[in-house]
Amino acid sequence: MIAVVRFPGSLDHDSAAKAVHAAGGTATFAWQDDAELPAGTTGVILPGGFSYGDHLRPGAIASRAPIMGAVRRFAEAGGRVLGICNGFQVLCEAGLLPGVLRTNTTLSFVCRQVHLDVADGDTALTRGLAPTISVPVKNQDGNWLGDPATTRVVFRYHGENPLGSTDAVAGVANARGNVVGLMPHPEEAVDALLGSTDGLPLFRALVAA
Amino acid sequence: MTEVPLHRRLGLTDHENDLIPGLIGRAPTDAELMMFSLMWSEHCSYKHSKPVLKRFTTTGARVLQGPGENAGAVDVGDGMAVALKVESHNHPSAVEPFEGAATGVGGIVRDILAVGARPIALLDSLRFGALTSARSRHLFARAVKGIGTYGNCIGVPTVGGELMFDDRYEDSCLVNAMCVGVVSHDGMLSASAQTPGNALMLIGNRTGRDGIGGASILASAELGDGDADKRPSVQVGDPFTERKLLDCCLELAAADLFVAFQDLGAAGLTSAASEMAAKGGRGLDIDLDAVPLREEGMPAAEILVSESQERMLAEVLPADVARVVEICTRWQLDATVIGTITDTGHFVARHHGDVVVDIPASALTDDAPVYGVASEPQPIPAPLDLASVAPPADLAAAWRGLLANPNVGSARWVYEQYDHLVGANTIVRPGGDAAVVRLPGRDTAIAITTDCQPRHCELDPRNGGRATVLEAARNIACTGARPIAASDCLNFANPEKGPTGWRLTEAVEGLAEALEALTVPVVSGNVSLYNESPARAIYPTPVVGMVGLLDHAERAVGISFQNDADLVVLVGDGPARLDASEFLGRAEGCPPPPDLDAEVAVIDVVIRAAEAGLLASAHDVSTGGIATALTESALAGGRGCRVTLPPGRRADEDMFGEGGGRIVVTCRPSALPALMELAGLVPVTPLGTVGGAEVGITAGAHTVTLSLDDARDAHESAIPRALA
Repeated sequence: MIAVVRFPGSLDHDSAAKAVHAAGGTATFAWQDDAELPAGTTGVILPGGFSYGDHLRPGAIASRAPIMGAVRRFAEAGGRVLGICNGFQVLCEAGLLPGVLRTNTTLSFVCRQVHLDVADGDTALTRGLAPTISVPVKNQDGNWLGDPATTRVVFRYHGENPLGSTDAVAGVANARGNVVGLMPHPEEAVDALLGSTDGLPLFRALVAA
Repeated sequence: MTEVPLHRRLGLTDHENDLIPGLIGRAPTDAELMMFSLMWSEHCSYKHSKPVLKRFTTTGARVLQGPGENAGAVDVGDGMAVALKVESHNHPSAVEPFEGAATGVGGIVRDILAVGARPIALLDSLRFGALTSARSRHLFARAVKGIGTYGNCIGVPTVGGELMFDDRYEDSCLVNAMCVGVVSHDGMLSASAQTPGNALMLIGNRTGRDGIGGASILASAELGDGDADKRPSVQVGDPFTERKLLDCCLELAAADLFVAFQDLGAAGLTSAASEMAAKGGRGLDIDLDAVPLREEGMPAAEILVSESQERMLAEVLPADVARVVEICTRWQLDATVIGTITDTGHFVARHHGDVVVDIPASALTDDAPVYGVASEPQPIPAPLDLASVAPPADLAAAWRGLLANPNVGSARWVYEQYDHLVGANTIVRPGGDAAVVRLPGRDTAIAITTDCQPRHCELDPRNGGRATVLEAARNIACTGARPIAASDCLNFANPEKGPTGWRLTEAVEGLAEALEALTVPVVSGNVSLYNESPARAIYPTPVVGMVGLLDHAERAVGISFQNDADLVVLVGDGPARLDASEFLGRAEGCPPPPDLDAEVAVIDVVIRAAEAGLLASAHDVSTGGIATALTESALAGGRGCRVTLPPGRRADEDMFGEGGGRIVVTCRPSALPALMELAGLVPVTPLGTVGGAEVGITAGAHTVTLSLDDARDAHESAIPRALA
């Protein structure tokens, strides 16, 4: 059972749950004020959106919500956690992933289909992905700043760096590889009718745990 | 100097002011006078446009709810309905573009929410002055930012719209927003008050001093020098609260906790409460001291007319109040009982123990004077004498120049700032003819577009109105969808002036005739008048929002060329003329009147061909002519084409001429016989084949080619270069 964590202002929780279903799994929602993840949780998704309206900084308030204590314990025990877009911002703000996400160098929201190079296919979550995948990116604050030399980089933008991130980084993992965050939206790349199914292996890996 | 009387400062005429005592049996209080001034404004009462709007056909087999509620709704099968509405937020956007455009989005989303529907798509129809003007660049860039900031944060994809720049919109820009939502038939909500004794609850944001007098001061008067002073009349948006309001109210609706439901828009509580009461033939008793405020000491009149955003009004059974409060508290929203439904028919409001308002609700909603529209017919100009337009020395350079024109070039700069994908149902993304959005959890989809032909409407408003509807229908048809419903937003100048009144009446007649020919009902709409300054008036701009239905989402067709060696085929033989075209760049000459029967037949052929799976792509020939349509399909598909155009009068007219009745489709060569058979008497003309890295066009004695790289550079940089 995959727990999709909802905060006020989360937007992509339904799409994340649909992607889990498309990967053959089942999903349930956990809420910001819950002290524990639902019983039987085998993986966690922090979905995209504008939690708490991006007030203070994107992800800052959500990272201190009660449910994040449970997510931290789950991750420290080796559980698989996937943060997408705002979920990635929350994981960085919570210190579960390295680096910070700044406003895009375009100073604007960017919504575009992009190609990603899978820089590290050896994590628990990225194992089944093709070397290059097509997924949409859509955010205002996706410009990752960090030290690529000491960070386990898992995704880089292919052929362009649309948000201006350090070393064209699109997604990173923790050292152990069980926590992965990325700005683009693999949950919107699981349906051929919408243009790409390249994101599906990520959810299969999450469901398989 | 004598002081200007209050009613005139509020925008009421002396005649209107004199009517009020007769309706309420005494002189109004200041608060009551303010309420009348807003409810009797053009924006709320449609006092100049009501007689004209009666012309529209608003019924049909699919219509579940026509005009009169917050949004119209049509049946889309399996017990589901689609709700739709277009609305303007022109005047606020001209005064403060970011908040004006943002709250325009918020308002239209709440209109859809008010009928119980989940919003699934937004579109924006934007018109500004030429981008050579610093003011227009500012208004345009800030309005786009406002739409994006609000729409992105509430999680409703902005999937399409239209964009036009012309000097005539320099002083009065147009920001029209359309929203579409889905609701089950039995989940639809009405704004009509039901049962005396039920509680009246205000849900959402607190009430503050923003947007005081927006409907009368801003929306129902011409713009002029004092506009900076009107900034306090513009509302301020809070999209985070709107998102919570959406989630919360849909949960309350699913739990069947609303007896009646209404959003607070123009004229705030006054409008929402009086409309709710009058629709149900009920009264209301409101305690203004119970309304949660952002600041202390607001006078009764301000509480009654504040246009603070993100607020909804609900009639709730007394036994359900505690549950409503509990659910709203979980969503971190205020939910407050502010009064009760009564059987008196009166709108009563109390403040600090005094009755400050006690008037029949229907006097506010139904008794505004209705004015006949002024009518001073204008001559229809003669068609352009082609000999008076010098042919371009270099057709390829003219073609590149046209692609680099912001009215023709890519709108990517705009739509990449909008999340057009959230919800994971966007099948055809922005940049084509119409967007296609899958209905959540279904195999069916809807196509959505907004369109207008303002220059044609200026020269010949009736035929311009027809052409507007037909363009929208062609855009829907190009996705394979069949048009099922329309919403209109009539943007005009001051209707009290004879030529404008005539144009309004004529344009509506043209819209109505074309909609009837297509059997598409109008289920909702909005009117924005007085879009003029002392220096200039806008073109007549009757924007049409249209929705079409695709029974099989996976058969949706896009504009992209798909396969090398596919045939490029022209369906229809409508005229190509430079009159009022983008190539000409001005409203001059007069486009030929659309042939309604021929247009409807072309649209039907393309829909049936898509349903039969014969089409690889389809693209309407519109702004910029067939050369532009071919280039756009080539760029979208990453492959060129080689075509010969049907013989015409002159190469530039053949390539860049506009006019309805033509759709460029591509198909496998083996599909051509089936397409021709299906088309019957509708002309189907093979023009050439898909393939290569350039678009090559032969027109008469001229053969012109443009590489995809050159074309892309011109097309993609049109807006960024104009803004740089």
